[in-house]
Amino acid sequence: MAAPKGRFARELERLDLAASSARADRATDADVTAALARPDGRRDLADLAALLSPAATARLEELAQTARASTLRRFGRAVRLYAPLYVSNACLSSCTYCGFAKGLPITRRTLSVDEVEAEARLLTGRGFRHLLLVAGEHRVEVSQDYLVEVVERLRPLVPSLSIETQTWSDDTYARLVAAGLEGVVHYQETYDRERYAQTHTAGWKRDYDRRLNSTELAASAGVRRLGVGALLGLAVDWRADVLAVAAHAAFLVKNFWRTEVTVALPRIKPSASGYQPPVPVGDAEYVQALAALRLFEPEAGIVLSTREPAPLRDGLVRIAVTSMSAGSSTEPGGYSHPGEATEQFSISDERPPAEVAAMLTAAGYEPVWKDAFPLVDVTR
Amino acid sequence: MEDPFVVAGRVLGSRLFVGTGKFSAHEVMRDAVVASGTEIVTVALRRVEFGRDDGAAGILDFVPPGIQLLPNTSGAVDADEAVRLARLGRAGTGTDWVKLEVTPDPRTLAPDPVDTLRAAERLVAEGFTVLPYCPADPVLCRRLEEAGCATVMPLGAWIGSNRGLRTRDAIEVIVAQAGVPVVVDAGLGVPSDAAEAMEVGADAVLVNTAIAVSRDPVAMARAFALATEAGRLGYLAGLGTVGAATAADASSPLTGFLGALTPGGTPAASSGPAPGRPGAPAGGRLAGSGCDERRRERTGAVAGGGER
Repeated sequence: MAAPKGRFARELERLDLAASSARADRATDADVTAALARPDGRRDLADLAALLSPAATARLEELAQTARASTLRRFGRAVRLYAPLYVSNACLSSCTYCGFAKGLPITRRTLSVDEVEAEARLLTGRGFRHLLLVAGEHRVEVSQDYLVEVVERLRPLVPSLSIETQTWSDDTYARLVAAGLEGVVHYQETYDRERYAQTHTAGWKRDYDRRLNSTELAASAGVRRLGVGALLGLAVDWRADVLAVAAHAAFLVKNFWRTEVTVALPRIKPSASGYQPPVPVGDAEYVQALAALRLFEPEAGIVLSTREPAPLRDGLVRIAVTSMSAGSSTEPGGYSHPGEATEQFSISDERPPAEVAAMLTAAGYEPVWKDAFPLVDVTR
Repeated sequence: MEDPFVVAGRVLGSRLFVGTGKFSAHEVMRDAVVASGTEIVTVALRRVEFGRDDGAAGILDFVPPGIQLLPNTSGAVDADEAVRLARLGRAGTGTDWVKLEVTPDPRTLAPDPVDTLRAAERLVAEGFTVLPYCPADPVLCRRLEEAGCATVMPLGAWIGSNRGLRTRDAIEVIVAQAGVPVVVDAGLGVPSDAAEAMEVGADAVLVNTAIAVSRDPVAMARAFALATEAGRLGYLAGLGTVGAATAADASSPLTGFLGALTPGGTPAASSGPAPGRPGAPAGGRLAGSGCDERRRERTGAVAGGGER
């Protein structure tokens, strides 16, 4: 039985972002000027559409400069570093673009809690204090009990723990928060219902509304940091998806004022799935999208993974990005024992963490390894 | 001019507090701190790693010696977290000074008045020297003072906004009534904002973002130091008494003629200001000295555990 529509799903229908996106196609230079001139915090979705428009692509440098000023004001000259820790590539969902999809002939592995700890120790040895636990969707191998156990095990070692897994019930989110979990990342991948159905063909993740509503459940359960995003390269109309991410973030900020919302726009990467995007998003458009998001949400952290190549990442930290991963492995156990399981996708920026940190320093940014404290008392 | 600035029994040579976040590198932060001449530096405890054994330098290693370290509880969303962080900070740094920050709204980082007061009461009871970041609310500032805080630190504008002294009217009231030092914290974007806060009668200002994200943080730190000093001198020189300035400027008493009207009478008020005349001596708004002296007594009284 499909999940009922959540509050944001209903708001999304009312907003009709496809129409906004169509209007963006016709945005004029004057629309872009007006959107750029608006002070931070006062830009609406119409302004964002103008900033995402082809008319704004022609003024990308100006867009980037304005976004940079906004990022500096709020976040200063500091970039937060984190590492993904893949705990499992077992999956019961079939998503056409994903290297972990059910049925793909890959080497599957789920780490024991001891193995997760070994990976975490390796990552803390490299400097990381913010870890993102990632898993495919397999509620037996990666159960709520398993995740709670992992969080409890890691919390004395790692001050900031987040998960990017299947969606859960409000009770499970509450259990994870009580165990010391700081953040939850649930990207909707695409907000276009039709395209979502085409690309999520079976399994838990197939239910669009359950996935969309999970961010509200997590926020209600007291999750402190919430990551939303879209996987660019799924929808034909990427602008509509960026508008939807922005609207989603704004909705969460408005309705869950204690929750810190971060946004991300990962681009699709080659994987075991063999998926090819119908409309690839070019580099200039990608920079435009992130700069525009920054101008729409001056307070939101923008997250960038190693999916993107080094030169692009180095450029984007100067414009909009405030949090980035480094030296990532996308296979479970890949830090301790690379090559024993199949990765989700191949990363593009292969520099080790210290090299990424050195890049940040050279660019005039402090690499922030630790910006968190344990959320439960670990001294008792 | 004698103008000691005392916080919790510690005499400070600078009325500028400096924050250490948002700098491009610890070295830049250190140089800016030195250039600012500050004697109080605040450090976010969530950025500090206690007991790390790999020998890597942390942010605390870049705080110059001789400076009063003021660990802060930024990131705490309620009183419980703030108290827990403060205890961690005391155990890790050895100072019982703490800048209390309770900011449940990640967007504005506006301080929570309710939990700030709750945490302040608990921390004072535990022997901390508490400097609370708080909304610019006169009653809350009175309550924090009653709770035993060493200062109050009302905001000038939202953290990191560089919008200047948006809370000026409230700060004027807070300054007028406070018995502990008033440190305007957050939102001061340019040196003249710091000068304005000092002219209004703040005892000190805390600046971070405006220094950290400027093109030349070291020069900007110096600029804020000068502006803070200039604002203070302006305050002491009688700013804020502009409305009464004409009277104060008169070289002889304006009522002196009354004596001449009374045969055999003595000239009235031939020396010193007429009773109730505001602000004749240096000291600003509330005839400064009285207020400052009252504060000095109080700050001495809440010295708490003292320094490191």
